[in-house]
Amino acid sequence: MEIDPFIFRLSIFILSIFIGYYVVWSVTPSLHTPLMSVTNAISSVIIVGAIIAGLAGNSDSNFTNSNIFGFLAISLAAVNIFGGFLVTQRMLQMYKKKKLNK
Amino acid sequence: MSANLSAIFYLISGVLFILALRGLSSPETSRQGNFFGILGMTIAITVTFLSVGSFSSGLIYVLIFLLIGGLIGAFIAYKIPMTAMPELVAGFHSLVGLSAVFVAISAFLNPEAFNLGLPGDIKLASLIEMSIGAAVGAITFSGSIIAFLKLQGIMSGSPITFKGQHFFNASLLISIIVLTYLLCSTQSSNFFWIMLAVSFLIGFLLIIPIGGADMPVVISMLNSYSGWAAAGIGFTLENSALIITGALVGSSGAILSYIMCKGMNRSFFNVILGGFGATESASSGSKEQRPVKSGNAEDAAFLMKNASSVIIVPGYGMAVAQAQHALREMVDTLKKNDIKVTYAIHPVAGRMPGHMNVLLAEANVPYDEVFELEEINNDFANADVAFVIGANDVTNPSAKNDPQSPIYGMPVLDVEKCKSVLFVKRSLSPGYAGIDNDLFYKENTLMLFADAKKMTEDITKNL
Repeated sequence: MEIDPFIFRLSIFILSIFIGYYVVWSVTPSLHTPLMSVTNAISSVIIVGAIIAGLAGNSDSNFTNSNIFGFLAISLAAVNIFGGFLVTQRMLQMYKKKKLNK
Repeated sequence: MSANLSAIFYLISGVLFILALRGLSSPETSRQGNFFGILGMTIAITVTFLSVGSFSSGLIYVLIFLLIGGLIGAFIAYKIPMTAMPELVAGFHSLVGLSAVFVAISAFLNPEAFNLGLPGDIKLASLIEMSIGAAVGAITFSGSIIAFLKLQGIMSGSPITFKGQHFFNASLLISIIVLTYLLCSTQSSNFFWIMLAVSFLIGFLLIIPIGGADMPVVISMLNSYSGWAAAGIGFTLENSALIITGALVGSSGAILSYIMCKGMNRSFFNVILGGFGATESASSGSKEQRPVKSGNAEDAAFLMKNASSVIIVPGYGMAVAQAQHALREMVDTLKKNDIKVTYAIHPVAGRMPGHMNVLLAEANVPYDEVFELEEINNDFANADVAFVIGANDVTNPSAKNDPQSPIYGMPVLDVEKCKSVLFVKRSLSPGYAGIDNDLFYKENTLMLFADAKKMTEDITKNL
């Protein structure tokens, strides 16, 4: 009997929860704010769904509602991706300047 | 690009996201981690474009919207002051939630584009996954909006409660399940829209009863929700990058919520059910006027100049007063006088996890001078001066010795063990939890009634 592909996706999901659990516990508490902003940025990988929706089947400029929701989702996710990674970068840069005043 | 090849690239970006979080285990590796994150995102987006292949006229719009969003995001990231990080993160969560909702709507309206079947005849599993993604996304969105408004001060931080609130919320949650069931059995789009509307309402109702001081838990929780929403959509789109990321973010937010709850010695449900701080503290009946020693900047400077070690306890008030730079200047002056200075940070200081650490880092405080509660708590007994700036409840000794206190059992900083305590505060008003702090009336406490920034600057002048 063939295994439903859903089971494989579920396996990935469950294993990733465990990876997340161990990886996040090892994050130093002083970096919890950057952790939140970077998780924010990476969860916006949802943009891949938005891009598929935005590009979905049309050769002329008659956009369906589905396309339009895709476009909106793209811009929202893009705010998050750029904003999230850049603000994380900005914060982490501050942790770098450590021995400046010595 | 073949579906198998793109699936492998999605897997690679999922792994890069894991490395991005792994990098945050120390400040040295964190920047490399962030680079991995950006790389993973770039791969995921590029692969998506390549796998769609047929570039229709939609492409130009996709790029335009991507660019608009990107520019807005970059602008915000560049401009935002570090004190506003909690608001920013709450705002970003709401965007993840809303884009999850939008993607779910697109998939619902045009399932063919995602290989999910035909409109009105969507595969059952996909429909369930889609509904979960959309519902959690909607809850994340409206919940984060409320959190944002509360943090921004547009909405009052005090809890809003009404009779039968929990019952009402519970029945709404059940109605979502019923609506999803009806949606699956009838494929009627009406149920989809009603289900979305109810989810938006739940997010709103879930956060309004939670008070301002519990915001660290709320933000972490919404962080977790945004992850589960992404994972739900990931199942719908059969995309491993999204599933991996959703699971990572979901468990990350859950762990942060747990750490925050532990920092306040409260159960997660106690926080979620809300209402904390709504009733003015029960023990405030015995509010006799007790004598308080108050001093000025000169007194404080004198005490610190004669100390050999000083521990600084920052709190939310420091962020409000934007006093972190003034504080670091004061510390620099102290260090020039060969005084040992360290910082003690309580897990729930500020309005989000790690909030104080970022502010101190912004003010160029080296991170190896900043310590967590467990690391530094024993040092208070040997320190000469504790300088409490903008913190209150996290120093309250009644958490240790008054079983009647609402915060009894919460881990607190042993500030009172210091030889002397300097307490910068605007007035004697109780903290967010609405509890009087015995520390104010202790023999060795000197209250400095002033704005945190102004007081710190004045002390520096007097050193």
